[in-house]
Amino acid sequence: MSNIAISDAGPSAAAKPFLARLGAGFVNRLVIFVPYLWLLFFFLVPFIIVFKISLSQTAIAMPPYTPVLDFRDGISGFFAGFRELSFDNYTWLTQDALYFNAYVTSVVIAAISTVLTLIVGYPIAYGMARAPATIRPTLLMLVILPFWTSFLIRVYAWIGILKPEGLLNQLLLSLHIINQPLVILNTYTAIFIGIVYSYLPFMVLPLYSSLEKMDYSLIEAAKDLGCPPTSAFWKITFPLSLPGVIAGCLLVFIPAVGEFVIPDLLGGSQTLMIGKTLWNEFFANRDWPVSSAVAVILLLLLTIPIMLFQQAQARAQEQGK
Amino acid sequence: MNATWSRFNVTSIVLGFAFLYLPIVLLIVFSFNESKLVTVWGGFSVKWYVSLFHNQGLMDATWVTARVGVISATVATVLGTLAALTLTRYTRFRGRVLFSGMVFAPLVMPEVITGLSLLLLFVAVGLDRGFFTVTLAHITLTMCFVAVVVQSRLVSFDRSLEEAAMDLGATPVKTFLQITLPVILPAIVSGWMLAFTLSLDDLVIASFTSGPGATTLPMKIYSQVRLGVTPEINAACTILIAVVAVGVIIASLANKRREAQRQLDEQAAQRG
Repeated sequence: MSNIAISDAGPSAAAKPFLARLGAGFVNRLVIFVPYLWLLFFFLVPFIIVFKISLSQTAIAMPPYTPVLDFRDGISGFFAGFRELSFDNYTWLTQDALYFNAYVTSVVIAAISTVLTLIVGYPIAYGMARAPATIRPTLLMLVILPFWTSFLIRVYAWIGILKPEGLLNQLLLSLHIINQPLVILNTYTAIFIGIVYSYLPFMVLPLYSSLEKMDYSLIEAAKDLGCPPTSAFWKITFPLSLPGVIAGCLLVFIPAVGEFVIPDLLGGSQTLMIGKTLWNEFFANRDWPVSSAVAVILLLLLTIPIMLFQQAQARAQEQGK
Repeated sequence: MNATWSRFNVTSIVLGFAFLYLPIVLLIVFSFNESKLVTVWGGFSVKWYVSLFHNQGLMDATWVTARVGVISATVATVLGTLAALTLTRYTRFRGRVLFSGMVFAPLVMPEVITGLSLLLLFVAVGLDRGFFTVTLAHITLTMCFVAVVVQSRLVSFDRSLEEAAMDLGATPVKTFLQITLPVILPAIVSGWMLAFTLSLDDLVIASFTSGPGATTLPMKIYSQVRLGVTPEINAACTILIAVVAVGVIIASLANKRREAQRQLDEQAAQRG
Protein backbone atom coordinates (compact mmCIF):
# COMPACT_ATOMS: atom_id res chain seq x y z
CA MET A 1 0.00 0.00 0.00
CA SER A 2 2.59 2.55 -1.03
CA ASN A 3 -0.14 5.03 -1.90
CA ILE A 4 -0.79 5.80 1.76
CA ALA A 5 1.98 8.33 2.06
CA ILE A 6 2.01 10.72 4.97
CA SER A 7 2.13 14.27 3.81
CA ASP A 8 2.93 17.36 5.78
CA ALA A 9 -0.13 17.97 7.92
CA GLY A 10 -0.01 21.73 7.99
CA PRO A 11 1.99 24.92 7.80
CA SER A 12 2.85 25.25 11.48
CA ALA A 13 5.02 22.89 13.45
CA ALA A 14 2.25 22.41 16.00
CA ALA A 15 -0.05 20.97 13.38
CA LYS A 16 2.49 18.40 12.26
CA PRO A 17 1.70 14.75 12.97
CA PHE A 18 2.28 14.16 16.59
CA LEU A 19 5.04 11.58 16.29
CA ALA A 20 6.60 12.96 13.13
CA ARG A 21 8.68 15.61 14.79
CA LEU A 22 11.49 13.37 15.90
CA GLY A 23 11.37 11.50 12.62
CA ALA A 24 9.48 8.53 14.01
CA GLY A 25 8.16 7.86 10.51
CA PHE A 26 8.05 4.15 11.13
CA VAL A 27 5.72 4.44 14.11
CA ASN A 28 3.58 6.87 12.14
CA ARG A 29 3.20 4.47 9.31
CA LEU A 30 2.43 1.61 11.67
CA VAL A 31 -0.38 3.59 13.32
CA ILE A 32 -2.00 4.09 9.94
CA PHE A 33 -1.07 0.82 8.25
CA VAL A 34 -2.32 -1.70 10.78
CA PRO A 35 -5.99 -0.60 11.00
CA TYR A 36 -5.96 0.37 7.31
CA LEU A 37 -4.78 -3.04 6.14
CA TRP A 38 -7.14 -4.79 8.54
CA LEU A 39 -10.17 -2.92 7.21
CA LEU A 40 -9.08 -3.36 3.59
CA PHE A 41 -8.76 -7.09 4.03
CA PHE A 42 -11.77 -7.72 6.27
CA PHE A 43 -14.19 -5.06 5.06
CA LEU A 44 -13.44 -4.04 1.47
CA VAL A 45 -12.09 -7.27 -0.03
CA PRO A 46 -15.13 -9.27 1.22
CA PHE A 47 -17.45 -6.99 -0.78
CA ILE A 48 -15.45 -7.67 -3.91
CA ILE A 49 -15.78 -11.39 -3.22
CA VAL A 50 -19.54 -11.02 -2.69
CA PHE A 51 -19.77 -9.27 -6.05
CA LYS A 52 -17.67 -11.97 -7.70
CA ILE A 53 -19.74 -14.82 -6.30
CA SER A 54 -22.99 -13.10 -7.25
CA LEU A 55 -21.81 -13.59 -10.84
CA SER A 56 -21.09 -17.30 -10.48
CA GLN A 57 -23.29 -20.34 -10.97
CA THR A 58 -25.00 -22.26 -8.23
CA ALA A 59 -23.56 -25.73 -7.76
CA ILE A 60 -24.31 -28.62 -5.46
CA ALA A 61 -20.95 -28.78 -3.78
CA MET A 62 -19.05 -27.23 -0.90
CA PRO A 63 -18.71 -24.28 -1.33
CA PRO A 64 -21.96 -24.35 -3.34
CA TYR A 65 -20.93 -22.31 -6.36
CA THR A 66 -18.63 -22.71 -9.36
CA PRO A 67 -15.77 -20.29 -8.93
CA VAL A 68 -15.13 -17.65 -11.55
CA LEU A 69 -12.06 -15.46 -11.91
CA ASP A 70 -9.84 -17.83 -9.98
CA PHE A 71 -6.41 -16.33 -9.50
CA ARG A 72 -4.91 -19.74 -8.95
CA ASP A 73 -5.08 -20.41 -12.72
CA GLY A 74 -2.76 -17.51 -13.42
CA ILE A 75 -3.43 -14.57 -15.66
CA SER A 76 -4.76 -16.58 -18.62
CA GLY A 77 -7.14 -18.46 -16.37
CA PHE A 78 -8.26 -15.16 -14.89
CA PHE A 79 -9.19 -13.77 -18.29
CA ALA A 80 -10.74 -17.06 -19.40
CA GLY A 81 -12.95 -16.70 -16.36
CA PHE A 82 -14.57 -13.58 -17.76
CA ARG A 83 -16.39 -15.71 -20.29
CA GLU A 84 -17.97 -17.69 -17.49
CA LEU A 85 -19.36 -14.63 -15.74
CA SER A 86 -23.09 -14.84 -15.62
CA PHE A 87 -25.75 -12.39 -14.70
CA ASP A 88 -28.23 -15.26 -14.26
CA ASN A 89 -28.62 -14.52 -10.56
CA TYR A 90 -29.58 -10.94 -11.24
CA THR A 91 -31.98 -11.98 -14.01
CA TRP A 92 -33.46 -14.41 -11.51
CA LEU A 93 -33.99 -11.60 -8.99
CA THR A 94 -35.91 -9.53 -11.54
CA GLN A 95 -38.04 -12.45 -12.67
CA ASP A 96 -39.27 -13.48 -9.25
CA ALA A 97 -41.64 -10.84 -7.87
CA LEU A 98 -40.78 -12.05 -4.34
CA TYR A 99 -37.43 -10.25 -4.34
CA PHE A 100 -38.78 -7.03 -5.78
CA ASN A 101 -41.59 -7.00 -3.22
CA ALA A 102 -39.12 -7.72 -0.42
CA TYR A 103 -36.91 -4.76 -1.42
CA VAL A 104 -39.86 -2.37 -1.71
CA THR A 105 -41.46 -3.59 1.55
CA SER A 106 -38.16 -3.27 3.42
CA VAL A 107 -37.58 0.30 2.28
CA VAL A 108 -41.20 1.27 3.07
CA ILE A 109 -41.13 -0.39 6.51
CA ALA A 110 -37.78 1.19 7.32
CA ALA A 111 -39.03 4.62 6.21
CA ILE A 112 -42.27 4.42 8.22
CA SER A 113 -40.40 3.11 11.29
CA THR A 114 -37.86 5.93 10.97
CA VAL A 115 -40.63 8.54 11.00
CA LEU A 116 -42.32 6.80 13.96
CA THR A 117 -39.01 6.65 15.84
CA LEU A 118 -38.53 10.37 15.19
CA ILE A 119 -42.03 11.14 16.50
CA VAL A 120 -41.47 9.04 19.63
CA GLY A 121 -37.86 10.13 20.14
CA TYR A 122 -38.19 13.88 19.62
CA PRO A 123 -40.24 14.67 22.76
CA ILE A 124 -37.88 12.50 24.85
CA ALA A 125 -34.78 14.26 23.49
CA TYR A 126 -36.44 17.65 23.89
CA GLY A 127 -37.47 16.90 27.47
CA MET A 128 -33.94 15.74 28.25
CA ALA A 129 -32.37 18.84 26.72
CA ARG A 130 -34.62 21.12 28.80
CA ALA A 131 -34.19 19.15 32.01
CA PRO A 132 -32.13 20.69 34.85
CA ALA A 133 -28.43 20.40 33.98
CA THR A 134 -27.77 18.37 37.12
CA ILE A 135 -29.93 15.39 36.09
CA ARG A 136 -29.02 15.44 32.37
CA PRO A 137 -26.04 13.05 32.69
CA THR A 138 -28.28 10.56 34.53
CA LEU A 139 -30.98 10.81 31.85
CA LEU A 140 -28.33 10.35 29.16
CA MET A 141 -27.04 7.25 30.95
CA LEU A 142 -30.60 5.89 31.16
CA VAL A 143 -31.03 6.25 27.39
CA ILE A 144 -27.71 4.56 26.65
CA LEU A 145 -28.17 1.70 29.13
CA PRO A 146 -30.75 -0.31 27.10
CA PHE A 147 -28.35 -0.06 24.16
CA TRP A 148 -25.84 -2.07 26.21
CA THR A 149 -28.31 -4.88 26.78
CA SER A 150 -28.66 -7.42 24.06
CA PHE A 151 -30.63 -6.52 20.96
CA LEU A 152 -31.87 -10.10 20.70
CA ILE A 153 -33.09 -10.04 24.29
CA ARG A 154 -34.93 -6.74 23.84
CA VAL A 155 -36.72 -8.09 20.75
CA TYR A 156 -37.44 -11.36 22.53
CA ALA A 157 -39.01 -9.47 25.44
CA TRP A 158 -41.68 -8.14 23.07
CA ILE A 159 -42.84 -11.63 22.07
CA GLY A 160 -44.15 -12.20 25.59
CA ILE A 161 -45.89 -8.82 25.52
CA LEU A 162 -47.46 -8.93 22.07
CA LYS A 163 -48.57 -12.51 21.63
CA PRO A 164 -52.32 -13.31 21.69
CA GLU A 165 -52.23 -14.57 25.31
CA GLY A 166 -49.48 -12.07 26.14
CA LEU A 167 -49.26 -9.32 28.73
CA LEU A 168 -50.65 -6.50 26.58
CA ASN A 169 -53.77 -8.46 25.67
CA GLN A 170 -54.22 -9.60 29.29
CA LEU A 171 -54.06 -5.99 30.41
CA LEU A 172 -56.45 -4.69 27.75
CA LEU A 173 -58.91 -7.56 28.34
CA SER A 174 -58.91 -7.08 32.10
CA LEU A 175 -59.58 -3.36 31.63
CA HIS A 176 -62.43 -4.27 29.27
CA ILE A 177 -60.98 -2.09 26.55
CA ILE A 178 -61.17 -5.01 24.13
CA ASN A 179 -63.35 -8.12 24.10
CA GLN A 180 -61.05 -10.46 22.24
CA PRO A 181 -57.26 -10.57 21.99
CA LEU A 182 -55.63 -8.32 19.41
CA VAL A 183 -53.48 -10.09 16.85
CA ILE A 184 -50.27 -8.06 16.90
CA LEU A 185 -47.48 -10.63 16.91
CA ASN A 186 -46.54 -11.85 13.41
CA THR A 187 -47.85 -8.73 11.71
CA TYR A 188 -46.18 -5.62 10.32
CA THR A 189 -47.40 -3.70 13.39
CA ALA A 190 -45.14 -5.87 15.55
CA ILE A 191 -42.20 -5.07 13.25
CA PHE A 192 -42.87 -1.34 13.62
CA ILE A 193 -43.01 -1.65 17.41
CA GLY A 194 -39.82 -3.72 17.39
CA ILE A 195 -37.86 -1.28 15.23
CA VAL A 196 -39.05 1.83 17.09
CA TYR A 197 -38.19 0.20 20.41
CA SER A 198 -34.77 -1.18 19.42
CA TYR A 199 -33.53 1.86 17.52
CA LEU A 200 -34.93 4.57 19.83
CA PRO A 201 -31.58 5.32 21.55
CA PHE A 202 -29.96 5.83 18.11
CA MET A 203 -32.55 8.52 17.40
CA VAL A 204 -32.61 10.17 20.82
CA LEU A 205 -28.83 10.61 21.23
CA PRO A 206 -28.11 12.72 18.10
CA LEU A 207 -31.35 14.68 18.63
CA TYR A 208 -30.40 15.39 22.22
CA SER A 209 -26.89 16.54 21.32
CA SER A 210 -28.19 19.09 18.81
CA LEU A 211 -31.10 20.24 21.02
CA GLU A 212 -28.82 20.64 24.01
CA LYS A 213 -26.54 23.03 22.09
CA MET A 214 -29.51 25.18 21.11
CA ASP A 215 -29.82 28.73 22.41
CA TYR A 216 -33.22 28.88 24.11
CA SER A 217 -33.22 32.65 24.36
CA LEU A 218 -34.27 32.51 20.68
CA ILE A 219 -37.54 30.90 21.79
CA GLU A 220 -37.98 33.49 24.51
CA ALA A 221 -37.43 36.24 21.95
CA ALA A 222 -39.97 34.71 19.57
CA LYS A 223 -42.48 34.47 22.43
CA ASP A 224 -41.91 38.07 23.45
CA LEU A 225 -42.56 39.09 19.88
CA GLY A 226 -45.92 37.29 19.98
CA CYS A 227 -45.03 34.07 18.16
CA PRO A 228 -47.27 31.16 19.30
CA PRO A 229 -45.32 28.15 20.75
CA THR A 230 -46.23 25.80 17.87
CA SER A 231 -44.97 28.07 15.17
CA ALA A 232 -41.90 28.96 17.27
CA PHE A 233 -41.17 25.23 17.35
CA TRP A 234 -41.44 24.81 13.58
CA LYS A 235 -39.62 28.04 12.78
CA ILE A 236 -36.79 27.86 15.31
CA THR A 237 -36.38 24.64 17.28
CA PHE A 238 -36.94 22.12 14.51
CA PRO A 239 -34.68 23.77 11.89
CA LEU A 240 -31.90 24.15 14.47
CA SER A 241 -32.16 20.48 15.41
CA LEU A 242 -32.02 19.38 11.77
CA PRO A 243 -28.45 17.97 11.92
CA GLY A 244 -29.58 15.72 14.77
CA VAL A 245 -32.75 14.77 12.91
CA ILE A 246 -30.75 13.78 9.82
CA ALA A 247 -28.12 11.83 11.77
CA GLY A 248 -30.80 10.04 13.83
CA CYS A 249 -32.92 9.16 10.81
CA LEU A 250 -29.93 7.72 8.92
CA LEU A 251 -28.81 5.74 11.97
CA VAL A 252 -32.28 4.16 12.13
CA PHE A 253 -33.15 3.87 8.44
CA ILE A 254 -30.01 2.21 7.05
CA PRO A 255 -29.77 -0.76 9.42
CA ALA A 256 -33.57 -1.12 9.52
CA VAL A 257 -33.74 -1.79 5.76
CA GLY A 258 -31.57 -4.89 6.15
CA GLU A 259 -32.92 -5.86 9.58
CA PHE A 260 -33.19 -9.60 10.20
CA VAL A 261 -33.86 -10.32 13.88
CA ILE A 262 -36.95 -8.11 14.26
CA PRO A 263 -38.90 -9.31 11.17
CA ASP A 264 -37.91 -12.89 11.92
CA LEU A 265 -38.96 -12.98 15.58
CA LEU A 266 -41.82 -10.47 15.61
CA GLY A 267 -42.96 -10.53 11.98
CA GLY A 268 -43.43 -14.28 11.62
CA SER A 269 -43.58 -16.10 8.31
CA GLN A 270 -46.22 -13.86 6.71
CA THR A 271 -44.09 -10.74 6.58
CA LEU A 272 -41.51 -10.08 3.92
CA MET A 273 -38.27 -8.19 4.41
CA ILE A 274 -35.06 -8.41 2.42
CA GLY A 275 -32.76 -9.23 5.33
CA LYS A 276 -34.89 -12.26 6.07
CA THR A 277 -34.98 -13.21 2.38
CA LEU A 278 -31.18 -13.09 2.21
CA TRP A 279 -30.91 -15.18 5.37
CA ASN A 280 -33.32 -17.82 4.07
CA GLU A 281 -31.65 -17.89 0.67
CA PHE A 282 -28.35 -18.54 2.41
CA PHE A 283 -29.25 -20.85 5.30
CA ALA A 284 -32.39 -22.64 4.07
CA ASN A 285 -31.81 -22.83 0.30
CA ARG A 286 -28.01 -22.80 0.55
CA ASP A 287 -27.94 -20.68 -2.60
CA TRP A 288 -24.82 -18.59 -2.06
CA PRO A 289 -24.71 -16.88 -5.48
CA VAL A 290 -28.32 -15.69 -5.23
CA SER A 291 -27.88 -14.46 -1.65
CA SER A 292 -24.75 -12.62 -2.82
CA ALA A 293 -26.75 -10.99 -5.60
CA VAL A 294 -29.43 -9.99 -3.04
CA ALA A 295 -26.67 -8.45 -0.89
CA VAL A 296 -25.16 -6.54 -3.83
CA ILE A 297 -28.51 -4.98 -4.75
CA LEU A 298 -29.21 -4.15 -1.10
CA LEU A 299 -25.82 -2.47 -0.87
CA LEU A 300 -26.47 -0.44 -4.03
CA LEU A 301 -29.83 0.59 -2.59
CA LEU A 302 -28.13 1.85 0.58
CA THR A 303 -25.15 3.53 -1.09
CA ILE A 304 -26.69 7.01 -1.10
CA PRO A 305 -27.95 6.92 2.53
CA ILE A 306 -24.57 5.52 3.67
CA MET A 307 -22.69 8.30 1.85
CA LEU A 308 -24.99 10.89 3.44
CA PHE A 309 -24.19 9.31 6.80
CA GLN A 310 -20.42 9.53 6.12
CA GLN A 311 -20.77 13.22 5.27
CA ALA A 312 -22.80 13.91 8.41
CA GLN A 313 -20.12 12.13 10.46
CA ALA A 314 -17.31 14.06 8.80
CA ARG A 315 -19.13 17.34 9.39
CA ALA A 316 -19.74 16.51 13.05
CA GLN A 317 -16.05 15.67 13.40
CA GLU A 318 -15.03 18.99 11.88
CA GLN A 319 -17.34 20.88 14.24
CA GLY A 320 -15.97 18.99 17.24
CA LYS A 321 -12.50 20.37 16.61
CA MET B 1 -40.27 28.33 30.28
CA ASN B 2 -43.91 28.13 31.41
CA ALA B 3 -45.49 25.40 33.51
CA THR B 4 -47.31 23.60 30.71
CA TRP B 5 -44.10 23.14 28.75
CA SER B 6 -42.21 21.68 31.65
CA ARG B 7 -45.13 19.36 32.46
CA PHE B 8 -45.04 18.25 28.85
CA ASN B 9 -41.30 17.64 29.11
CA VAL B 10 -41.58 15.58 32.27
CA THR B 11 -44.44 13.53 30.83
CA SER B 12 -42.57 12.74 27.65
CA ILE B 13 -39.46 11.71 29.58
CA VAL B 14 -41.45 9.49 31.95
CA LEU B 15 -43.41 7.84 29.13
CA GLY B 16 -40.28 7.46 27.03
CA PHE B 17 -38.31 5.75 29.78
CA ALA B 18 -41.30 3.55 30.66
CA PHE B 19 -41.38 2.41 27.03
CA LEU B 20 -37.63 1.74 27.07
CA TYR B 21 -37.53 -0.13 30.37
CA LEU B 22 -40.89 -1.86 30.85
CA PRO B 23 -40.21 -4.76 28.44
CA ILE B 24 -36.84 -5.47 30.10
CA VAL B 25 -38.38 -5.28 33.59
CA LEU B 26 -41.19 -7.67 32.58
CA LEU B 27 -38.65 -10.09 31.11
CA ILE B 28 -36.67 -10.09 34.36
CA VAL B 29 -39.80 -10.45 36.54
CA PHE B 30 -41.04 -13.45 34.56
CA SER B 31 -37.67 -15.21 34.82
CA PHE B 32 -38.60 -15.74 38.47
CA ASN B 33 -41.96 -17.23 37.57
CA GLU B 34 -42.84 -20.62 39.07
CA SER B 35 -45.15 -21.46 36.16
CA LYS B 36 -43.85 -22.75 32.86
CA LEU B 37 -46.20 -20.34 31.09
CA VAL B 38 -44.12 -17.25 30.60
CA THR B 39 -46.98 -14.78 30.79
CA VAL B 40 -49.02 -16.17 33.69
CA TRP B 41 -47.67 -15.51 37.16
CA GLY B 42 -47.49 -18.70 39.25
CA GLY B 43 -45.42 -17.58 42.21
CA PHE B 44 -41.77 -16.81 42.90
CA SER B 45 -39.13 -19.37 42.04
CA VAL B 46 -35.49 -19.58 41.05
CA LYS B 47 -35.85 -23.05 39.55
CA TRP B 48 -35.19 -21.81 36.00
CA TYR B 49 -31.81 -20.49 37.10
CA VAL B 50 -31.03 -23.87 38.60
CA SER B 51 -32.04 -25.74 35.46
CA LEU B 52 -30.03 -23.22 33.43
CA PHE B 53 -26.82 -24.34 35.10
CA HIS B 54 -27.60 -27.95 34.22
CA ASN B 55 -28.10 -27.11 30.55
CA GLN B 56 -24.73 -28.16 29.16
CA GLY B 57 -25.35 -26.72 25.68
CA LEU B 58 -26.12 -23.30 27.11
CA MET B 59 -23.10 -23.37 29.43
CA ASP B 60 -20.78 -24.33 26.54
CA ALA B 61 -22.19 -21.51 24.42
CA THR B 62 -21.67 -19.05 27.29
CA TRP B 63 -18.02 -20.08 27.57
CA VAL B 64 -17.48 -19.69 23.79
CA THR B 65 -19.18 -16.26 23.83
CA ALA B 66 -17.12 -15.03 26.79
CA ARG B 67 -13.83 -16.06 25.12
CA VAL B 68 -14.80 -14.56 21.74
CA GLY B 69 -15.90 -11.37 23.53
CA VAL B 70 -12.72 -10.88 25.57
CA ILE B 71 -10.30 -11.67 22.72
CA SER B 72 -12.15 -9.71 20.04
CA ALA B 73 -12.79 -6.68 22.30
CA THR B 74 -9.11 -6.52 23.30
CA VAL B 75 -7.78 -6.70 19.72
CA ALA B 76 -10.53 -4.35 18.50
CA THR B 77 -9.62 -1.81 21.19
CA VAL B 78 -5.99 -1.71 20.02
CA LEU B 79 -6.96 -1.47 16.33
CA GLY B 80 -9.80 0.97 16.99
CA THR B 81 -7.57 3.26 19.06
CA LEU B 82 -4.98 3.28 16.26
CA ALA B 83 -7.76 4.04 13.76
CA ALA B 84 -9.00 6.91 15.97
CA LEU B 85 -5.45 8.32 16.20
CA THR B 86 -5.17 8.08 12.43
CA LEU B 87 -8.49 9.86 11.92
CA THR B 88 -7.76 12.75 14.28
CA ARG B 89 -3.98 13.16 13.96
CA TYR B 90 -3.26 12.48 10.32
CA THR B 91 -5.60 14.77 8.47
CA ARG B 92 -3.88 14.44 5.14
CA PHE B 93 -2.68 11.19 3.66
CA ARG B 94 -3.62 9.58 0.42
CA GLY B 95 -6.46 7.13 0.94
CA ARG B 96 -7.85 8.97 3.97
CA VAL B 97 -11.34 9.27 2.48
CA LEU B 98 -11.43 5.53 1.86
CA PHE B 99 -10.12 4.94 5.39
CA SER B 100 -12.75 7.05 7.14
CA GLY B 101 -15.36 5.43 4.89
CA MET B 102 -14.26 1.99 6.03
CA VAL B 103 -14.42 3.09 9.68
CA PHE B 104 -17.90 4.65 9.53
CA ALA B 105 -19.68 2.32 7.09
CA PRO B 106 -19.69 -0.77 9.36
CA LEU B 107 -21.59 1.25 12.00
CA VAL B 108 -24.73 1.29 9.85
CA MET B 109 -24.11 -1.60 7.44
CA PRO B 110 -26.91 -4.19 7.71
CA GLU B 111 -25.49 -7.14 9.58
CA VAL B 112 -26.63 -9.66 6.98
CA ILE B 113 -24.31 -8.02 4.41
CA THR B 114 -21.31 -7.88 6.75
CA GLY B 115 -21.89 -11.47 7.85
CA LEU B 116 -22.28 -12.87 4.35
CA SER B 117 -19.28 -10.99 2.93
CA LEU B 118 -17.00 -12.08 5.78
CA LEU B 119 -18.10 -15.68 5.42
CA LEU B 120 -17.35 -15.62 1.69
CA LEU B 121 -13.90 -14.16 2.47
CA PHE B 122 -13.16 -16.96 4.93
CA VAL B 123 -14.26 -19.58 2.40
CA ALA B 124 -12.18 -17.91 -0.34
CA VAL B 125 -8.97 -17.97 1.71
CA GLY B 126 -9.72 -21.48 2.97
CA LEU B 127 -10.19 -20.74 6.69
CA ASP B 128 -12.30 -23.31 8.51
CA ARG B 129 -15.32 -21.69 10.09
CA GLY B 130 -15.32 -21.76 13.87
CA PHE B 131 -14.07 -19.93 16.94
CA PHE B 132 -11.26 -18.15 15.08
CA THR B 133 -13.44 -16.81 12.25
CA VAL B 134 -16.15 -15.48 14.61
CA THR B 135 -13.44 -13.68 16.56
CA LEU B 136 -11.98 -12.12 13.39
CA ALA B 137 -15.46 -11.01 12.29
CA HIS B 138 -16.21 -9.44 15.67
CA ILE B 139 -12.87 -7.59 15.72
CA THR B 140 -13.69 -6.08 12.34
CA LEU B 141 -17.15 -4.92 13.40
CA THR B 142 -16.34 -3.67 16.88
CA MET B 143 -13.05 -1.86 16.12
CA CYS B 144 -15.08 0.74 14.22
CA PHE B 145 -17.25 1.44 17.29
CA VAL B 146 -14.11 1.72 19.44
CA ALA B 147 -12.62 4.12 16.88
CA VAL B 148 -15.67 6.41 17.08
CA VAL B 149 -15.70 6.42 20.91
CA VAL B 150 -11.95 7.11 21.23
CA GLN B 151 -12.03 9.65 18.40
CA SER B 152 -14.66 11.76 20.15
CA ARG B 153 -12.33 11.99 23.18
CA LEU B 154 -9.25 12.75 21.06
CA VAL B 155 -11.00 15.61 19.27
CA SER B 156 -11.43 17.53 22.53
CA PHE B 157 -7.92 16.69 23.72
CA ASP B 158 -5.62 19.62 24.48
CA ARG B 159 -2.62 19.09 22.19
CA SER B 160 -0.51 21.67 24.00
CA LEU B 161 0.06 19.08 26.78
CA GLU B 162 1.88 16.87 24.28
CA GLU B 163 3.79 19.84 22.93
CA ALA B 164 4.89 20.78 26.44
CA ALA B 165 6.05 17.23 27.23
CA MET B 166 8.07 17.03 24.04
CA ASP B 167 9.56 20.49 24.56
CA LEU B 168 10.71 19.25 27.95
CA GLY B 169 12.54 16.44 26.19
CA ALA B 170 10.16 13.48 26.34
CA THR B 171 10.35 11.10 23.39
CA PRO B 172 7.17 10.74 21.29
CA VAL B 173 6.54 7.24 22.60
CA LYS B 174 7.03 8.36 26.20
CA THR B 175 4.78 11.37 25.56
CA PHE B 176 2.09 9.09 24.22
CA LEU B 177 2.33 6.67 27.13
CA GLN B 178 2.53 9.31 29.89
CA ILE B 179 0.36 12.14 28.56
CA THR B 180 -1.98 11.03 25.78
CA LEU B 181 -2.85 7.54 26.98
CA PRO B 182 -3.92 8.50 30.53
CA VAL B 183 -6.19 11.23 29.16
CA ILE B 184 -7.93 9.03 26.59
CA LEU B 185 -7.95 5.97 28.85
CA PRO B 186 -11.62 6.37 29.97
CA ALA B 187 -12.65 6.43 26.31
CA ILE B 188 -10.52 3.36 25.60
CA VAL B 189 -12.09 1.53 28.55
CA SER B 190 -15.64 2.37 27.45
CA GLY B 191 -14.63 1.42 23.88
CA TRP B 192 -13.52 -1.99 25.16
CA MET B 193 -16.79 -2.45 27.04
CA LEU B 194 -18.83 -1.44 24.04
CA ALA B 195 -16.86 -3.87 21.87
CA PHE B 196 -17.35 -6.64 24.41
CA THR B 197 -21.12 -6.13 24.70
CA LEU B 198 -21.52 -5.88 20.92
CA SER B 199 -19.68 -9.18 20.57
CA LEU B 200 -21.76 -10.69 23.37
CA ASP B 201 -24.89 -9.51 21.60
CA ASP B 202 -24.25 -10.40 17.99
CA LEU B 203 -26.44 -13.07 16.40
CA VAL B 204 -26.38 -12.40 12.67
CA ILE B 205 -22.65 -12.08 11.97
CA ALA B 206 -21.84 -14.98 14.31
CA SER B 207 -24.40 -17.21 12.55
CA PHE B 208 -22.73 -16.59 9.21
CA THR B 209 -19.12 -16.89 10.32
CA SER B 210 -19.35 -19.59 12.97
CA GLY B 211 -18.95 -23.28 12.42
CA PRO B 212 -19.61 -26.52 14.28
CA GLY B 213 -18.38 -26.43 17.88
CA ALA B 214 -18.41 -22.64 18.12
CA THR B 215 -22.06 -21.91 18.85
CA THR B 216 -22.31 -18.60 20.67
CA LEU B 217 -24.90 -17.73 23.32
CA PRO B 218 -27.08 -15.53 21.05
CA MET B 219 -27.13 -18.35 18.47
CA LYS B 220 -28.22 -20.78 21.19
CA ILE B 221 -30.86 -18.37 22.54
CA TYR B 222 -32.13 -17.70 19.02
CA SER B 223 -32.55 -21.39 18.20
CA GLN B 224 -34.48 -21.89 21.46
CA VAL B 225 -36.62 -18.77 20.97
CA ARG B 226 -37.70 -20.13 17.59
CA LEU B 227 -39.08 -23.17 19.41
CA GLY B 228 -41.00 -21.00 21.84
CA VAL B 229 -40.63 -18.66 24.78
CA THR B 230 -39.51 -20.39 27.98
CA PRO B 231 -38.71 -19.06 31.47
CA GLU B 232 -35.27 -20.65 31.15
CA ILE B 233 -34.39 -18.23 28.33
CA ASN B 234 -35.75 -15.37 30.45
CA ALA B 235 -33.36 -16.51 33.18
CA ALA B 236 -30.41 -16.66 30.77
CA CYS B 237 -31.27 -13.19 29.46
CA THR B 238 -31.58 -11.81 33.00
CA ILE B 239 -28.10 -13.05 33.89
CA LEU B 240 -26.71 -11.48 30.72
CA ILE B 241 -28.42 -8.16 31.50
CA ALA B 242 -27.14 -8.28 35.10
CA VAL B 243 -23.56 -8.89 33.96
CA VAL B 244 -23.66 -5.97 31.54
CA ALA B 245 -25.46 -3.64 33.97
CA VAL B 246 -22.96 -4.33 36.76
CA GLY B 247 -20.09 -3.70 34.34
CA VAL B 248 -21.54 -0.42 33.11
CA ILE B 249 -22.30 0.82 36.62
CA ILE B 250 -18.82 -0.07 37.93
CA ALA B 251 -17.24 1.67 34.94
CA SER B 252 -19.28 4.83 35.38
CA LEU B 253 -18.59 4.95 39.12
CA ALA B 254 -14.86 4.50 38.48
CA ASN B 255 -15.09 7.26 35.89
CA LYS B 256 -16.81 9.57 38.36
CA ARG B 257 -14.20 8.91 41.04
CA ARG B 258 -11.37 9.54 38.61
CA GLU B 259 -13.05 12.77 37.54
CA ALA B 260 -13.47 13.88 41.18
CA GLN B 261 -9.84 13.01 41.92
CA ARG B 262 -8.73 15.01 38.90
CA GLN B 263 -10.67 18.05 40.11
CA LEU B 264 -9.09 17.74 43.56
CA ASP B 265 -5.64 17.52 41.96
CA GLU B 266 -6.32 20.57 39.85
CA GLN B 267 -7.49 22.56 42.84
CA ALA B 268 -4.39 21.47 44.77
CA ALA B 269 -2.19 22.48 41.86
CA GLN B 270 -3.83 25.89 41.64
CA ARG B 271 -3.34 26.51 45.34
CA GLY B 272 0.31 25.65 44.63
